[in-house]
Amino acid sequence: MEEQVHTVKSYDGELGHLTGIIARMGGMAEAQFASSLHALARRDEALAQRVIEGDARIDELDKEVQSFAVRLLALRQPMAVDLRQIVGALNISGEIERVGDYAANLAKRSLVLHHVGVSVPVAGVVRLGDLVRGLLKDVLDAYLEKDVAKALGVWSRDEEVDAMYNGVMQDLITLMTEDSGTITAATHLLFIAKNIERIGDHATNIAEALHYQILGTSPAGSRPKGNTVGGPE
Amino acid sequence: MTETTQMARLGAVRPTAEIVAARLKRRHNAERRFRAVGLGAVLLALGFLGVLLFTIVGNGITAFVQTSIRVDVTFDPAQLGIEGDTSADALAAANYQAIIKQALYRTFPEAKTRGEQRQLGAMVSSGADIELRKMLIADPALLGQTRSVWLLADDDIDMAVKGHIPRQPGIAGNRLSDNEIRWLDELESRGAVKTRFNTLLWTSGDSREPELAGLWGAVVGSIYSLIITLLVSFPLGVATSVYLEEFAPKNRWTDLIEVNINNLAAVPSVVFGLLGLAVFLNIFGMPRSAPLVGGLVLALICLPTIIIAARAAMKAVPPSIREAAAGLGASKLQVVTDHVLPLSMPGILTGTILGMAHALGETAPLLMIGMVAFIVDIPATPLDPSAVLPVQVYLWADSPERAFVERTSAAIMVLLLFLALMNLSAILLRKKFERRW
Amino acid sequence: MNSPVTVHLPLGTAKVAARSLSVHYGEKHALQSVDLEIRAGEVTALIGPSGCGKSTFLRCINRMNDMVDGARVSGSLTLDGSDIYDRSLDVVQLRARVGMVFQKPNPFPKSIYDNIAYGPRIHGLARNQDELDEIVMTSLERAGLLAEVKDRLTESGTGLSGGQQQRLCIARAIAVGPEVILMDEPCSALDPIATAKVEELIDDLRDNYTIVIVTHSMQQAARVSQRTAFFHLGKLIEVGDTEQIFTNPQQPLTQGYITGRFG
Repeated sequence: MEEQVHTVKSYDGELGHLTGIIARMGGMAEAQFASSLHALARRDEALAQRVIEGDARIDELDKEVQSFAVRLLALRQPMAVDLRQIVGALNISGEIERVGDYAANLAKRSLVLHHVGVSVPVAGVVRLGDLVRGLLKDVLDAYLEKDVAKALGVWSRDEEVDAMYNGVMQDLITLMTEDSGTITAATHLLFIAKNIERIGDHATNIAEALHYQILGTSPAGSRPKGNTVGGPE
Repeated sequence: MTETTQMARLGAVRPTAEIVAARLKRRHNAERRFRAVGLGAVLLALGFLGVLLFTIVGNGITAFVQTSIRVDVTFDPAQLGIEGDTSADALAAANYQAIIKQALYRTFPEAKTRGEQRQLGAMVSSGADIELRKMLIADPALLGQTRSVWLLADDDIDMAVKGHIPRQPGIAGNRLSDNEIRWLDELESRGAVKTRFNTLLWTSGDSREPELAGLWGAVVGSIYSLIITLLVSFPLGVATSVYLEEFAPKNRWTDLIEVNINNLAAVPSVVFGLLGLAVFLNIFGMPRSAPLVGGLVLALICLPTIIIAARAAMKAVPPSIREAAAGLGASKLQVVTDHVLPLSMPGILTGTILGMAHALGETAPLLMIGMVAFIVDIPATPLDPSAVLPVQVYLWADSPERAFVERTSAAIMVLLLFLALMNLSAILLRKKFERRW
Repeated sequence: MNSPVTVHLPLGTAKVAARSLSVHYGEKHALQSVDLEIRAGEVTALIGPSGCGKSTFLRCINRMNDMVDGARVSGSLTLDGSDIYDRSLDVVQLRARVGMVFQKPNPFPKSIYDNIAYGPRIHGLARNQDELDEIVMTSLERAGLLAEVKDRLTESGTGLSGGQQQRLCIARAIAVGPEVILMDEPCSALDPIATAKVEELIDDLRDNYTIVIVTHSMQQAARVSQRTAFFHLGKLIEVGDTEQIFTNPQQPLTQGYITGRFG
């Protein structure tokens, strides 16, 4: 059915436009997240600053998606797959906007961390970030390719993120217990890790929204917390 | 750039508006010519109709009045030949011609010779005695008295008074002798000649004497015929159309029937007359010249018209009405009787009236069944021999007397009046029952 | 009989059931082996492109196809388990149980009162004038038209507005006391406000009647029906709960049709 076009050709154009905005937003959010991780790892203040400033553009795109989707709902009265695609776009755009917010927040905290002046090991957090970045990339690719299997893959890998986040948290708590001088820095780092973990959750949400958009159902079973995950349907 | 490509695609060098404007004048001219031709045709048709009506009315309007002469009549028992016997039978059988002649001789004593006296007696209609008989029977006390009485004039005198024939001696067309012209002039100078409304035209049957000939026999004959026609053709026509339109399967047979009905409408009416002669008169032995047979033949003639009109009227009832009724559980017959027939009835009635008007004017088929006979009596039943209006027109038009010319026109006017009334009622029916869906 | 009799079946039982129902119009195979259950007390919408057989199916239920020359029906179609096309079943009796409302409002060119009284009269549903009056009033009431027309019952039904005419036709159908009401694109000739009133009425009637509605408007099907059946080229492609059909149809053809991607 995907290849079939609407009788009203401009409708196809509008749906394509909506997908295009989401793709651009996704790309920007991914880049923001990557840059913020970079800034954290390299202590690059300028980069962090750019990430903070860049968030406004994602917010703008989100607003554009909201208004365009509302317009489509009002004018085209979408049904079935079209309806799900537009509702999905609304959801996914919101999720991406949150991802952008967390990326900016991460950049801000990396600046603060830099100014605290106490050195704490960031490698674990950056690894966590890389893992989540992979998930985010995969789920955005799945969105563009309308690939349910890939989306489900992201969805089921959320437990890895949780596991790694727990590990990072343990390490940081141990560090703080051992050296009370690191508490300020480690707390910031802890929040950064928490933000990264939240980005992972949003990637999972996007995967769920994508699953509904394409198949009309939510992924079977509950959120994976160590459970095995079945295939679609 | 885009404009030129569009032009190229349309295959036009000039813009569309310019091309249209260039042709506009020609198109308007063509339209004006067409309208002028149409208007011309209408005016021509109206002109012919006007000439026809003008001629007929001009010829016939005088037939509605009749000339009478005033004479002092003495009801002399001796002349009447009843000698004191005043019984009704004796009064009815009395010789009124004699007292009319005596009265005329007294009026013009100079007429001495038998020839002159015969001429004098011929100035009064041979039917004038009827008037006197009526007077005396109504009032036997008149016996022996003298009364001034208006007597019906002879048709030649009537024509001369109305100016249809010249009154100068020796001029072609003058049918009066010098004596008659003198006497007529004398009577007119005494004020003893006048024209009155012609009641005989409306009350009597045909006659060889133009001044006595009336239309009533033909009118009654036409009415009887049309009643028979209506009674036969309306139920038959409606039943046929209902069956064909609502019940009959649409197949080759019903198609054949439909074609034949349409053909029947185009069959020359004289053929129906021959059919009536062969079937109704020869096989069934029905009475000749009777409105019953005439009505049956006319029914055959207007049956196709009624069927075609009724089917068209039923077709015009929207299918949605049939569906609505059927959807509520109405049977096929209920759909027809409750909805289709009532809704199409104005159309059916209009068609019927037009068919009847057509039948009213038919002459040829009635000639074939003997309705052309000379019949004086007013028919009392549809079984009595009778004339009908168009045949009366035909008969009078064929008569040599000058006075029948105006009577022919008068009969045509009466016929046209009937037709106009029927068409008017058709229009009123249509207007009254016209429906909007 | 003071009010129209309705048979109350438990919700969800099959009121009308088609098994391998096929209809031919001469050479044309208008309906091909359709299996479909119409549940009691629900509104079932039949959707699909023109000529897909949805109206044909609808008209099978009250045997309106009988009026079409050359129509042949095979397979089985039952109303409460008894065969609609059984020879012993009189079509007049069937149509008293299965009412119909047509695409174009088609009131009789008679008074409003007579329009509604016609059905009860031909079926002899009223023993006297009082009973007839009551049927007429009840039907108008149920069709939500009483307040608008109660002062002009003697005026012609054709003088009403289009939407009122259509509700008059619904009242006329109700007056016979049917169990099933068939509606063939009842709003296609109406403006949006009149359409909304008819849709509201359909929703009200659902409690007492089993309704089958053919519609070209998918929004309308979505608004008024509980179940939706999609026909295409004489075949039943998909039937399901309306919500499911319009959010997540299972058949690609259904998907293509309701999203406007046909062909």
